Amino acid sequence: MKKFSISSLLSQLLLLFFVIIWIIPTFGLFISSLRDKDLLAISGWWTSLTTTEVNEIYRMSGMESQIEEDGYFKIKGKLFEDNSGKKIESFGITSKKINEFNIGDIAIFKDESEVLLDEDGNYEWRSRTEFKKKKGKRLFTTSLSPPAFTFENYREVLFKEGIGRAFVNTMAVALPSTLIPLIICSFFAYSLTWMKFYGRDTLLAIIIASLVVPLQMSLIPILTIYNDFGALFGVAAKSYPGVWMAHTGFGLASTTFLLRNFLKSLPNEMMEAAKVDGASHYDIFLRIIIPLSIPAFASIFILQFLWCWNDLLVGLVFLDQVPSEIILTAKLKELLGSRGENWEILTTGAFVSMTVPLFIFFALQRYFIRGLVAGSVKG
Amino acid sequence: MTILNLVFIVFLGILFFIAYFHISNYILDIYGHKTLKRYNFENSIRVIVFITPAFIVLFIFILYPVFETIRLSFYDKFGREFVGLYNYKWAVNDPEFRRSILNNLVWLLVVPTLSTFFGLVIANLADRIWWGSIAKSIIFMPMAISFVGAGVIWKFIYEYRGPENTQIGLLNAIIVSLGYEPQAWLTIPMWNNFFLMAIMIWIQTGLALVIFSAALRSIPKEMLEAARIDGASELKIFFSIIIPYLEQTILVIWTLITIIVLRIFDIIFAMTNGEWQTGVLANLMYDWMFRGGGDSGRGSVLAIVIMIGVIPILAWNLYKHRQEQKI
Repeated sequence: MKKFSISSLLSQLLLLFFVIIWIIPTFGLFISSLRDKDLLAISGWWTSLTTTEVNEIYRMSGMESQIEEDGYFKIKGKLFEDNSGKKIESFGITSKKINEFNIGDIAIFKDESEVLLDEDGNYEWRSRTEFKKKKGKRLFTTSLSPPAFTFENYREVLFKEGIGRAFVNTMAVALPSTLIPLIICSFFAYSLTWMKFYGRDTLLAIIIASLVVPLQMSLIPILTIYNDFGALFGVAAKSYPGVWMAHTGFGLASTTFLLRNFLKSLPNEMMEAAKVDGASHYDIFLRIIIPLSIPAFASIFILQFLWCWNDLLVGLVFLDQVPSEIILTAKLKELLGSRGENWEILTTGAFVSMTVPLFIFFALQRYFIRGLVAGSVKG
Repeated sequence: MTILNLVFIVFLGILFFIAYFHISNYILDIYGHKTLKRYNFENSIRVIVFITPAFIVLFIFILYPVFETIRLSFYDKFGREFVGLYNYKWAVNDPEFRRSILNNLVWLLVVPTLSTFFGLVIANLADRIWWGSIAKSIIFMPMAISFVGAGVIWKFIYEYRGPENTQIGLLNAIIVSLGYEPQAWLTIPMWNNFFLMAIMIWIQTGLALVIFSAALRSIPKEMLEAARIDGASELKIFFSIIIPYLEQTILVIWTLITIIVLRIFDIIFAMTNGEWQTGVLANLMYDWMFRGGGDSGRGSVLAIVIMIGVIPILAWNLYKHRQEQKI
């Protein structure tokens, strides 16, 4: 349908509207994280996207730097370092008229000294008589400042604010919390699909029921178990292995369910043929099931990994909120509460916490979507 | 714990499970190959080896807690003394509980409905436009972000500064430029719930979108073509063909988002911490797990109320599963 029509134009506009609404919040955070931390708290992020007008006051050098040239005493210098791309539009010599002169005009002070200024901030201040003051005169400038971005916030946050460590902690929580359920559930799903045993259907029904049981149902009893366990063996009750097992428990039903749906779709003849050849269930699992299941594993891995990476509740309840254990989401929440005004830490920290999910999202979107769709089709 | 130690225990933790399966199966393989009788015995042992770890985890983390939580809801705050319906009576009379359950109901009404609606509309629009897949990616992206991260993102939308200052929150900047007074959005009772819901809708629409996109492809092209040839407008096609055809999918997505919304915790915890009357059940429960040294009785009652919300969905899933087994 290449036909141009009002209705297709309208759909395009409507979709564009949705896209803009959806991207603005994230875009704003991204821009904010790249801004100078002092500007962040006093102006909206959108102002940094366009060239803005800034008024500033500079002081020229004093008598020490004067030279004698062409019958004049001259002081030459630069108002600011030329790294910002700032361009001076107009300037003034009194605070009353800060826009009195344009670039190229010669401004004359009361003592008949003259000053020339170019847009990059180079000035030449000259006088027929010798300069006698230690301090130079003030110049009022109006300049246009182009958008300026910096990675300074990231450098600071990663190494100083404990976000870097929280990142490592989150990884140490999320990786095993994804791999352990994947390992034990693939065997579980295999036996639910391809092995015959008493109670199999009941077990399957339990899995399906567990799919929707809210995590809140488990929190209090598990926390009690952990505390008792800790008291009994005299070890820290809340720690990494505890979180891994909690995530394994909460992700077990969905992982098993998704894997079983996938395994069910494999042809039965293949297993039968392997059995006739004398392969044990473990052989079949290793040599047939695993290679065939790689795409399914990838989808489930992504879903569970993102779930663990983005989780807050489990990390809050089953880990101590100390620097060596705190996860990114809990850290961010802490910053939101106590350091609400330290915008640069908050924005940059939030973006650091999103790097891994966004990487997975863009690199492996296909598997991510496949997993979501597979998980939903059955409800 | 140093980072090196951490890497070590992560490695050890994963290795433990791989080793369990490999070693136990290796032993069984050596044992089982000799006679048929042994082979059958080995198979029944193998079932146990395969399902035991998952079953133990399932038992400890789901099955036992469900019954334990029900038991605890009839006990005092330490779980020691039987108090009958005391905790339930407390809940019914507690204004915070009533507020939370009301908020939860509004969330359940608004978020799944709007997310599903937006998802369906956007999927349908994007399906027919050449840059649709880019648009879908962008709208789907919030799905990858944590709720807390989303909270930080939206803080820049809702941020409030006094009228004498420059507004750095987008919403207030717009309001001010239109000549109105800036508002502290998240502190206006009742309305603030909707501002928090907007964040959830922003996230969940992506979920609805991708599933609808997949489902749209299952609609026979001929049917749509025929309708177009007959002169049906796109709007008519949307309401008369696409919506009826996707009825099942709409229901699935709606329940899926309902389950997620029912246990919503992070957004409210991060943005308002349940203040200004924004609390929902999950937040109140978290609160009671730790408030005053923790009250397992009240916490359990709150968990059970959340659980009651999913029971119809649970029953429906089991019913559908039965139907499939029969075929």
